[in-house]
Amino acid sequence: MEMKPTINREIASKEIPVNSPSTRRKWLKKLYTQRHLQTMALLGVAWMIIFNYIPMYGVIIAFKEFDIIHTISEAPWVGLEHFREFLEDENLMNVIKNTLGISFIKLIIGFPLPIIFALFLNEIRSVRFKKFVQTISYLPHFLSWVVLGGILATWLADVGIINNILLWLHIIDQPITYLAEPSYFWTIIISSDLWKELGWSAIIYLAAISSVSPEMYEAATIDGAGRFQKMWYITLPSIKSTISILFILAISGVLNSNFDQILVLRNSLNDSASNVIDYYVYQTGIISGRYSYSAAVGLIKSVIALILLLVANKISKKINDTSLF
Amino acid sequence: MFKLQRKTKSEALFDLINTIGMLLICFVTLYPIWYVLVNAFNDGTDAMSGGIYWWPRVFSLENFEAVFDSPGIMTAMGITVAKTFIGTVAHVFFTAMVAYALSRKGLIGGKIYILIGTVTLFFAGGLIPSFLLMKDLHLLDNFLVYIIPFMFSFFDLIIFMTFFREIPEGLEEAARIDGANDWSIFMRVILPVSMPVLATIALFHGVFQWNDYFTGMIYINNTDLQPIQTYLYRVVAQSSSSQMVAAVQGSSGTKTVTSQSIKLATMVVTTLPIVFVYPFLQKYFVKGMMIGSIKG
Repeated sequence: MEMKPTINREIASKEIPVNSPSTRRKWLKKLYTQRHLQTMALLGVAWMIIFNYIPMYGVIIAFKEFDIIHTISEAPWVGLEHFREFLEDENLMNVIKNTLGISFIKLIIGFPLPIIFALFLNEIRSVRFKKFVQTISYLPHFLSWVVLGGILATWLADVGIINNILLWLHIIDQPITYLAEPSYFWTIIISSDLWKELGWSAIIYLAAISSVSPEMYEAATIDGAGRFQKMWYITLPSIKSTISILFILAISGVLNSNFDQILVLRNSLNDSASNVIDYYVYQTGIISGRYSYSAAVGLIKSVIALILLLVANKISKKINDTSLF
Repeated sequence: MFKLQRKTKSEALFDLINTIGMLLICFVTLYPIWYVLVNAFNDGTDAMSGGIYWWPRVFSLENFEAVFDSPGIMTAMGITVAKTFIGTVAHVFFTAMVAYALSRKGLIGGKIYILIGTVTLFFAGGLIPSFLLMKDLHLLDNFLVYIIPFMFSFFDLIIFMTFFREIPEGLEEAARIDGANDWSIFMRVILPVSMPVLATIALFHGVFQWNDYFTGMIYINNTDLQPIQTYLYRVVAQSSSSQMVAAVQGSSGTKTVTSQSIKLATMVVTTLPIVFVYPFLQKYFVKGMMIGSIKG
């Protein structure tokens, strides 16, 4: 009984003429045999339309004066008013400085260090010790930023371990309230991010390294290459394409601050160093209720991020033939 | 001969320094966690003078008793367990189901469906439009806000599809001859043979659900519906100690717990489940990262 649909499907897919009544009938028949599959697929499409596409349509409030009482379509158009407002916003320079500053330092320090860690971990001879180090290095990735924020607050408190050590060494005379000082904020953000993600980010590189053929190392050893030479001339070039792809992603993400992290560690005292685009969108939109303005700021951000992604992808394609798409 | 000898020596030195470096990384990774742990097991009032680095000075379980006695913390814990469990099952099942349909050859409209999904990887409406949508859908202050908006991910769908396409077609054909339709093939043939990829995605989504505090923070005002991470966020970041004071006062009349010591104990209780399941699940997430990296 149920073998019929399979056969029908095969026949229908071989059909060549278009728009003849019999083709349409077969198409409908094929659609009917696929009714279960179609239902499953369309449920997913419906979800995407509601949760991805309706918010995309909702972006038009950036060009309108939206308030909570009226619907999106009722709100009056204001054109680029909110974008002009953003360019004249006194917070603009500070927000851009913090977003790009934190991202670039993360890129300069946080991008190469996992590669270096993977290279050196790969040189460990004992398989068991290597596994042990790996297991421990992943662990912080699974802590939430809230818990890590709590750990940092404990460490950096007036009676916390950092102040105690520095006082004991007579480097400082009185405890510093680190989280209340803007000048320490970037250091805290970057080092805690590194602590959390170093081992995790190295996984992909370690996987790429493990597929390098051992014969290449043996040949290099016979030629008299040392450990650093092998790392530089064999391991690193072999993972070049992995590095490129992750670099494209990192570049396209420079406007993305780690919002979970910023939100946990920021406060009104360190605001001048901690207010990033993502937080500014949250602050103006959710807290102050300036929905249209906040949506405009968010839209500028996503458009620039998309352009960055396309540009980085193109450059990588030109330089070393690897690209994301 | 002489040259070879020297080389082995420098190799040995390299190995030694490398090993010490790795041990140092392990120490730096573990110590901050250990520090919180020993302080959480120390008497709260005593801990206020600081200096507890390696072992509790005045060992005490009262902080943990206070945590388990606090109705606020326990409610939040229950919400977290419920949202992690229901959210993960819903996410994995729904995404796998759509992925199965889209992975079939000859699906009418399949290319369009995939295009619709691919666009979502590159552009998103952002925070404010999403917030307004949740409001219109009456998901504010509603437990379902943890589940429905996170039920589907096109990125995870790609991982599922890669896996489903590798399943030998013979399995499916055999079931079809036995009279099974597409739905029952998905349920009885595809799902059981896809356990590794299901477990991987479940693990990633489970960790996300367990650790997410943002959803609870912006969409939930009712404190009876906030997960433990949001509770902790309100305590840690906003230093809103009113909740903690309630927990301190609620703790059966003892004077030795402080808001700080309860905070540490709550952090430990929140993190412990993840640390316990972590070694067992390690092989899955390493595998998952590989599938993801081949794809991405």
